[in-house]
Amino acid sequence: MCLAIPGKIIELLAEDRDLAVVDILGVRRRVDLGLLLDDPPTTGDWVLIHVGFAMSKISEMDALDQLRMLTDIGETQAALEEVQGYGSS
Amino acid sequence: MRYVDEFREPQLITRTADEIRRLADPQRHYRFMEVCGGHTHSIYRFGLKDLLPSNIELVHGPGCPVCVLPMGRIDDGLSIAEQPDVIFAAFGDMMRVPGTRGSPLEHKARGMDVRIVYSPSDALKLARHNPTKHVLFFAIGFETTAPSTALTLMRAKAEGIRNFSVFCNHVTIIPAIRAILDSPDMRIDAFIGPGHVSTVIGCRPYGWIANNEGKPIVVAGFEPLDILQSIVMLLRQMNDDEKKVENQYKRVVPWEGNRGALKAMAEVFELRPYFEWRGLGFISQSALRIKEAYSEWDAECRFSAPGVRVTDPKAAQCGEVLKGVLKPAQCKLFGKECTPEHPVGALMVSSEGSCAAYYNYEHRKAAQLTQLTGAAC
Amino acid sequence: MLTTAVSKIRFRDPQVEMAHGAGGKASRRLIDGLFAPILFGSTPAPLGDAAHVNINGACVALTTDSFVVRPLRFPGGSIGELAVNGTVNDLAVSGARAQALVVSYVLEAGLATEILEAEVRAMAAAAKAAGVVIAGGDTKVVEHGKADQMYITTSGIGHLIPGLSISPAAVRCGDKILLSGPIGDHGITILLARGELDLEADLRSDTRSVLPLVEALANAVGAAVHWMRDPTRGGVATSLNELAHDCGLGILLSEERIPIRDEVRGACELLGLDALHIANEGQFLAVVAAEQAEAALAALHAMPGGREAAVIGEVSEQPAGSVLVTTLYGGSRIVDMLVGDPLPRIC
Repeated sequence: MCLAIPGKIIELLAEDRDLAVVDILGVRRRVDLGLLLDDPPTTGDWVLIHVGFAMSKISEMDALDQLRMLTDIGETQAALEEVQGYGSS
Repeated sequence: MRYVDEFREPQLITRTADEIRRLADPQRHYRFMEVCGGHTHSIYRFGLKDLLPSNIELVHGPGCPVCVLPMGRIDDGLSIAEQPDVIFAAFGDMMRVPGTRGSPLEHKARGMDVRIVYSPSDALKLARHNPTKHVLFFAIGFETTAPSTALTLMRAKAEGIRNFSVFCNHVTIIPAIRAILDSPDMRIDAFIGPGHVSTVIGCRPYGWIANNEGKPIVVAGFEPLDILQSIVMLLRQMNDDEKKVENQYKRVVPWEGNRGALKAMAEVFELRPYFEWRGLGFISQSALRIKEAYSEWDAECRFSAPGVRVTDPKAAQCGEVLKGVLKPAQCKLFGKECTPEHPVGALMVSSEGSCAAYYNYEHRKAAQLTQLTGAAC
Repeated sequence: MLTTAVSKIRFRDPQVEMAHGAGGKASRRLIDGLFAPILFGSTPAPLGDAAHVNINGACVALTTDSFVVRPLRFPGGSIGELAVNGTVNDLAVSGARAQALVVSYVLEAGLATEILEAEVRAMAAAAKAAGVVIAGGDTKVVEHGKADQMYITTSGIGHLIPGLSISPAAVRCGDKILLSGPIGDHGITILLARGELDLEADLRSDTRSVLPLVEALANAVGAAVHWMRDPTRGGVATSLNELAHDCGLGILLSEERIPIRDEVRGACELLGLDALHIANEGQFLAVVAAEQAEAALAALHAMPGGREAAVIGEVSEQPAGSVLVTTLYGGSRIVDMLVGDPLPRIC
């Protein structure tokens, strides 16, 4: 289940504070923010959208952390192999 | 940052795949189950199996809400919609699912007013714009989707929109995982946890899987890097003999879940004592029904439906494939009597059902070919 | 009598369904299993976009197509333009230059004259732009409630473009697959224009005549073009699956080389659609001998509207009869024909 994709809030609707316009790669759709009222997102925030509802705010910090971790995997390995290379020559 | 392409970056994917190869113990055979149909779809769409060593086996789980919906429920929904001035509204996923007398699309071709909606709020909008008709929203989905249905029902009640009702088939994920673990043929080593369900229920509900059942579980996102990183995390746990719940999808999944979503669900829904899951049989406390306070918007209260149980042909081995005991191609009907064009069983009707996914994306790949594409990267 | 013909029918569906018109597997079954055995005689020649017939020694190309679309008008065009360009394109990708079209209208009683006039004007303009004459036509009016406002059928006739000789049998291992431009613009525009999904985007249908591009290709590399098709209903995936089936070889596509606009990608991600299955009305695929692929691409790039053409894959031995899409990181998936129309999904 669960096709949900990230989109950026580009406009909060004046007539209904629970609705926002979200942009996904240039496609725009009204999205319901009613499930995030505890910590409402605002213009410029990225949210995860599923069936026209925002399910969660996307944390840029966590995303960057994760990418950094993944980049490190490869680099640590490359560094390890380099060190091992010195040992065998 | 767009949060999609960054997690499809080819170099990072290749490096993570290398790490998987490094971590996988050649003396072991790993069986990881991805619970969620969305993960099954991602795995096939991105060709991730090509990147894994042969001793890591991905087993497709029962997290496909269309697949586990009994045919009788589709018949019931369609029979309500057969009444004059009723509009049958459902997600695209439901449109080709066969009932006993045809799928919703086939009913549409015979004159029923059937509309595809992307959101339950679109179904409510239909009701607002068609005051002389009744809109029946055929709701499906796990906990990811249920809160949106709940909020829509709350709005319908608040606005006094009476020409709208929901035929509720929402199911919950934990009982499905329990059914897998309780199965005597079960041989799963660890779980790739459902990332989007977890945005609602959080990571706590999976504690018993690690603590009581001793199986590692990593809550995973849906991009290639998410799934591969989750496999890295599972391998690390298994190599260190650890059994815990981990959250790989931190950028989106809060450990405690979404309070607002859980509140909306609690306001509108209660658990059914039991519900039939196609291929898995009756499971207690595994599905949602609409509470009495909202009975006016509950299609099962407002209308009467035949409620006839329709069983699958005995030859269809959906249950075993759902539980990961059989691979799709091992079912006797696969590719012959049962294909996406004329599905016999549950797992062929939805494009993310294991059998349909395997059929559409995989089964004509020759073994030599996989080596060929592996060498190309 | 028809007894021999009847025994050849392999179409066992008891009635016609919507899927049979969607351009995918079910359509193929209807054509191969019912129409072909009865209408086209016993020679099992693969069906192309146009028929080439010999009239007193002159070889002419002949084709027909019906246009059914809702809404009638959409960003980038309307049913009238589709009706002209669609038939010009069918002739072009069969290797022919359209000379004349005839048009048949089935109109719903109650259709506003201004709507009809708008479409007729659109057809006249499209015909002028495509360099083709509309030589005649027919009209029928049916009761209100039938014909979705209007159905248009166009039939076209043309002469063969010198230097081109196209057939699935000409396709070889190693041949390159060229695509004239970005995919999915038309299908997604229509989906959004229906208004049911409440999505907005700056997208237009790509409807246009591809004849100038085809002629540029013919002038540049002529006999090196082995096969062409316009990927309309069912998209690139369906056209290439048909080729794979007809020539018995495999098609390998590189995902990252397939041109696609951001908005089409966004809509497909949001709705769970595969852009390879989405209809195009202004693009074509060409299979070209490997050594001439560079020159072919350059010829397309030099033409107005050809700037975004790309080499998206090649023909191979395996997987025979199928289309395989590979990613930069080495993953791959089979892309099949669809059964019916692509449907949005939430799972």
